[in-house]
Amino acid sequence: MVTAEARKGRESTGVARVSAALWRRAWLRAALTLSPPLAWFLVIYLASLVVMLITAFWTVNPFTNNLQHQLSLSNFAALFDAPIPAIIGRTVLLAALVTVTDAIIALPFAYFMARVATPRLRNALFVGVLLPLWASYLARVYAWIVILTKDGTLDWTTQHLGLGSPNIAYTNVAMWIVFSYIWLPFMILPVYGALERIPDSFIEASADLGARNWRTLRSVVLPLALPGVIAGSIFTFSLTLGDYITPLLIGSGSGTNLIGNVIYDNIGLANNLPFAAALAFVPIVIMTAYLLVARALGAFEAM
Amino acid sequence: MSNQLFSKRRSQRAVMVLAVALPLLIAGWVAGAGASPGRAARGAGIDLTPPTQNMAPQKSIGKGEGQLNLIAWEGYVQSQWVKPFERATGCTVNAKYAGSSSEMVSLMANGGGGQYDLVSASGDADLRLIYGGDVKPVNIKLIPSWKQLRPFLQSPDFNTINGVHYGVSLQFGPNDLLYSTKVFPKAPTSWSGIYSKTYAGRITIPNNPIQIADAALYLAPHQPSLKITDPYELTQSQFNAAVNLLKQQRPLVKKYWNLASDEISLFANGETVVGAAWPYQTGQLKAAGDKVADTIPSEGATGWADSWLLATKAPHPNCAYKWMAYISTPQVQAEQAVSYGETPDNSLACPLMDKLSKGSCESLHANEPDAYFKTIKFWKTPLAQCDNGKNDCVPFQDWVTAWTQITG
Repeated sequence: MVTAEARKGRESTGVARVSAALWRRAWLRAALTLSPPLAWFLVIYLASLVVMLITAFWTVNPFTNNLQHQLSLSNFAALFDAPIPAIIGRTVLLAALVTVTDAIIALPFAYFMARVATPRLRNALFVGVLLPLWASYLARVYAWIVILTKDGTLDWTTQHLGLGSPNIAYTNVAMWIVFSYIWLPFMILPVYGALERIPDSFIEASADLGARNWRTLRSVVLPLALPGVIAGSIFTFSLTLGDYITPLLIGSGSGTNLIGNVIYDNIGLANNLPFAAALAFVPIVIMTAYLLVARALGAFEAM
Repeated sequence: MSNQLFSKRRSQRAVMVLAVALPLLIAGWVAGAGASPGRAARGAGIDLTPPTQNMAPQKSIGKGEGQLNLIAWEGYVQSQWVKPFERATGCTVNAKYAGSSSEMVSLMANGGGGQYDLVSASGDADLRLIYGGDVKPVNIKLIPSWKQLRPFLQSPDFNTINGVHYGVSLQFGPNDLLYSTKVFPKAPTSWSGIYSKTYAGRITIPNNPIQIADAALYLAPHQPSLKITDPYELTQSQFNAAVNLLKQQRPLVKKYWNLASDEISLFANGETVVGAAWPYQTGQLKAAGDKVADTIPSEGATGWADSWLLATKAPHPNCAYKWMAYISTPQVQAEQAVSYGETPDNSLACPLMDKLSKGSCESLHANEPDAYFKTIKFWKTPLAQCDNGKNDCVPFQDWVTAWTQITG
């Protein structure tokens, strides 16, 4: 007969043996801890990207619309046919413009939040920056349609000021404004983070060395804010590169196609998955290049 | 110490190898599963007959299987007409809504996968489903109301090939010309308005590659040398002419509309005065008191026509036949037409529509003679394989590519 005590003892030695084995083998410990999230990451995220890469080398049968599983580079060749290069160029230019616009707005705003505002005002500003993110993306985009449309808020205002009607609805200018608005919080927050971390002593030291305000801003504050700007630019740039909802709702005028909505059309309308996959590689390549340049500039070390 | 470092490095390398190898393995497995021999063979050759053409349809409708799984447009499976059907037949209706024709085609892959029974496909998906072998022949004798359908919708070329029916026609509507009565006191007799510099910046057309067919339809009488007979079967030179017309139109277009509500607001605030539309938009705008009207100009119009098609691997064929028979009856046709805002295929539905909603028969053109609809060319999938047997038509993939060039 085995007593309850003895069994308990044996169990505890079992647990102890396992824990001792784990303690001795660090790699096993790491593997056990990491494998569930790693498996998730590999299966869900990376595998789907690889499937996409493979799809890009297939073609669609023009007669039945079925996928043909034969390797071909025709989808990548089609990326160089007009008007795709122009659309890629337009998308990159728009993404760059949106990024610069957001950086110019975010820098003084975040500086005020981080270094000038009282704690109470700072909290209020934080709420102001974050509040739009609580509302649906669609609701905010539709609000812009109301503003930009004929006889909309913008038209009404400029007409009453005697400036005429700007009539920019459904154009690239409209998309530039709306994208800049929608991604602004993603620029303000990292810039705020960077500016807040600058020790007061740096600014004092700069003053002690005889630098005026402008010189301090240029030589101390801006270089230290740069990693924040680059972090924010990664958001604003990549989000603009891939978005397809704003091009459909705010764009869709003549000459307003972006990479995102061309991919969307090829999946939704044409069922041409291979070409959509090939085109989806363009933003990936651009972002990879962008991140490599950012790393070369030392943005990640400072973060 | 060095030993520890070594093991750390080794485990790092193992993780790296895993990170690269595992997705590749999974992807290879997924790709391999997709490339089963049957599917590859089907995609490889040019097959001029639908793969399921010789499958014998059932001779009679047996006892219901208790379930019916539908792939449908939203609004096509409303409790108003589903509940009476369920009570009468004992078939519980389960509907899966699809957002686009392509989604319907992909849901129906592999003959509905033994899961779906029927799909309410539009003409631009029908031929893809038929030539993909995803739907099978239907015994039209088992659908009594089929004889009441308007004659031109009984065996239309978008759901009937070589005399074999793959389903039953459901409802339809024209893509007509919507105009502001303030700008056009008299109804325009031509589509020329949407291609005219006179209305530059005040034109809207759908953001859909199938719009190339509308341009081809317009060119047919105006450039007879092109010899366009079917706007969905265009040779390369006919196709290029239509695309050029649309490229010239581009600077005149205010917006390529994506949703019906886009176009309604464009007309409501006067941003556009002429455009291609559905009767639905006209009805909504008129109900709101806007000064608009619509017409089918002399060149004719394109249109959509939906059908219920039977899945090759339908698990509940008896319930599916009961549904096709039920949905074709005048009363149900009238209910769906009024509820959705489209024209019923059943010629006896008109008086019943007015009972449901006064004036709906006239506003949805259900009272018009067949001749009125003769001018409508219903959407069908543009395929490389066209009726001339030469296979020199431009397939839909190229339409999409060209559409991107057109809208810029």
